[in-house]
Amino acid sequence: MNRSSVSRREFLGAGGAAVVAGLAGCSGGQGQSGATTDTASSSDVVKIGVLEDQSGNFALVGAPKHKASMLAIEEINANGGIDGKQIETYATDPQSDNQRYQELTREMINENDVDALWAGYSSATREAIRPTIDRNEQLYFYTTQYEGGVCDKYTFAVGPTARQQLGIVLPYLREEFGPKIYTIAADYNFGQLSADWVKVLADENDAEVVGEEFIPLSESSFGSVINNIQDADPDFVMSMLVGANHTAFYKQKASAGLDVPIGTSTAMAQGYEHRRLDPPAMANIYAGVNYMEEVPTASNTSDGGFVDRYYEKYPDAPYLNEEAETNYFSTYMYKKAVEQAGTLEQPEVIEALESGIELGTEHAPEAPEGETIKLDGATHHVDHHMWVMKADDQHNVEAVKNEQIPEQFLSETVGCNLPENTETTQYTPVDYFEEAE
Amino acid sequence: MVNGINLALQFLDSFAFIVLAAAGLAIIFGIMGVINLAHGEFILVGAYATTLSATKLGLPLAAAMLVGTLVTAAFGVVVERFIISGAVPNWIGQETVGRNLVEPLYDRLADSMVATFGLSLIMVQGARVVFGNSIDTVGTPFGNIAYGAFSYSTYRIVLSGVSIALLVGVYYIFTKTEYGMTARATIQDEETARALGVDTERIYMATFAIGSGLAGLTGALFAPTLSMQPTLGDQFLVEAFVAVVVGGPSVVLGTALSGGVLGAIQAVFTNLYGTFFGRIALLAAAMVALRFLPDGITGFIEAVQSRRQEGQ
Repeated sequence: MNRSSVSRREFLGAGGAAVVAGLAGCSGGQGQSGATTDTASSSDVVKIGVLEDQSGNFALVGAPKHKASMLAIEEINANGGIDGKQIETYATDPQSDNQRYQELTREMINENDVDALWAGYSSATREAIRPTIDRNEQLYFYTTQYEGGVCDKYTFAVGPTARQQLGIVLPYLREEFGPKIYTIAADYNFGQLSADWVKVLADENDAEVVGEEFIPLSESSFGSVINNIQDADPDFVMSMLVGANHTAFYKQKASAGLDVPIGTSTAMAQGYEHRRLDPPAMANIYAGVNYMEEVPTASNTSDGGFVDRYYEKYPDAPYLNEEAETNYFSTYMYKKAVEQAGTLEQPEVIEALESGIELGTEHAPEAPEGETIKLDGATHHVDHHMWVMKADDQHNVEAVKNEQIPEQFLSETVGCNLPENTETTQYTPVDYFEEAE
Repeated sequence: MVNGINLALQFLDSFAFIVLAAAGLAIIFGIMGVINLAHGEFILVGAYATTLSATKLGLPLAAAMLVGTLVTAAFGVVVERFIISGAVPNWIGQETVGRNLVEPLYDRLADSMVATFGLSLIMVQGARVVFGNSIDTVGTPFGNIAYGAFSYSTYRIVLSGVSIALLVGVYYIFTKTEYGMTARATIQDEETARALGVDTERIYMATFAIGSGLAGLTGALFAPTLSMQPTLGDQFLVEAFVAVVVGGPSVVLGTALSGGVLGAIQAVFTNLYGTFFGRIALLAAAMVALRFLPDGITGFIEAVQSRRQEGQ
């Protein structure tokens, strides 16, 4: 066999072709950039940067975020812009790649000079770009539901925290089904910290975690996990599984005949598993969320409501998810803050946001999740209207409980007060609760 | 607590996953010397073709799986003609500029990796562009078997039976059929085989089609248990490459043995210490195997056999 020799030229040729292909892939992302013109001076327009995943691992959950931001910006521009200024959008696809996020964040700040930045799905992404954000004192909105605890002068983490999401669903399931909890969670910072919150909330609600298992993100076989749950025989399971591979758990538990109720902060509202999977995979699953398409509020589901407007702009969109709503209302919060501050200067806009921006029904359509939605100035978090959404064996979703839940960890336990103390820390429950250890 | 039935079912599950993940890759690598980094995306083709023919065309699941397998095999032929052997571009080159345009990728490990890696990127993004970020899935058939406090999905157990049948079938093809004999002759000495009248071009094409078809079958079989999105092939890659490397040069025996050994190790550790440690144990076992058996399990067996023959 004499074909096995590879000449150096051939190798370089092939390698070069791969590099060219890789670059072509990158520029393809930039081709989707929504920037229209950059000749206008910064005082005539409001520059907003939107970095949301439209390809790669998080495309499924990131694409609705991008779309909802574009919807809010289009609506605001059509109604006269912010303080009479049109919004100019800089949107590039970071392809679910944290290194690309870091490059693009620098580009948004240094070259495009954006007035506010929305960026990132996962907590890992947020932590990858936060140092750059803080060094440049860039106003930044992080809109994903997350583990909580980020007390950062320049970051507004406006999605619900684990304490808010688990804090509505866990007490409900404790009441309905009993005190024994089994936790399954994705094996990285979000899953680990969420599992700690389950322990804290179990303690507060007179319940007990009888077992927990952390599952690598690459795993898609759940036979032993299902056996372990059956062995522990809990009253209900708390699931903080994440990503496409973990979605297989719900199919496999259904085919294995595991019918224990499952509470979750991750399934359904983000990746719309109840629409994608064949029933009854999601039967008896209870999601603790601030928003999903099915949330029965007037501003959401009425004619011309949020859902209608979204599908009018994007008729082929598969779902309107939890984070999309957060991108949407936070854009309106930013608008209100700029108008209150009377300037685009970021320190003044941050000060206006810290004064406690509130969106209510009189400002509908800005708060699809509930009557009012209020930014807490001290912690840069949002007092969300939270819902427990239950899927039945036909995958119909209904609301079984709802209430306003404030951010509690930073405000009550840690004492984060950003208008007084400028800091950029992420606090974790282990430092404050014995049960979490 | 160790439950014997749980452990046994866990072993069957791991064994089936490893064997099915690796089979197509092992054949293409073992016989053609092509490392197919787009292996996961061939599985994706099988899974998508199966799911779409079940949900959109309304075919029964078994027929949909057959469609998935055949579509992937046909896709494999196209890839082989255009990219691996370059027959189609070369034919176009001969017709237009009067010379070959590309060299075949057989036995060019690094080059085949780069080419198929590019192919995998195109396929993942292509699937995303055409079908969106996910497609609706089909449910898992057959229900479950219950024993005591436990239950297990019947379908996952059926898969282990299928994986054994697949190994037997591949073994039969490569040892008892004329194609198998000529294919093995081509591996051993391509030039002599060609001198004796074997059409090695066709052997390579058929082999790539079989390997692709097996990847498609894997996608078809796992389609009812997984969520359907463009990166679904990734989850098979670690097991597939580890099994091929640990298995060594003999394709069928190697895949069977590495599936057995790695499956047993993964099952025991998963059962005792959870999924996370099951995965660590799998990778640790692969590292140990490579350190002490650099030619894999079957390479070690061959070395022992030849030493014994020399001793006689």
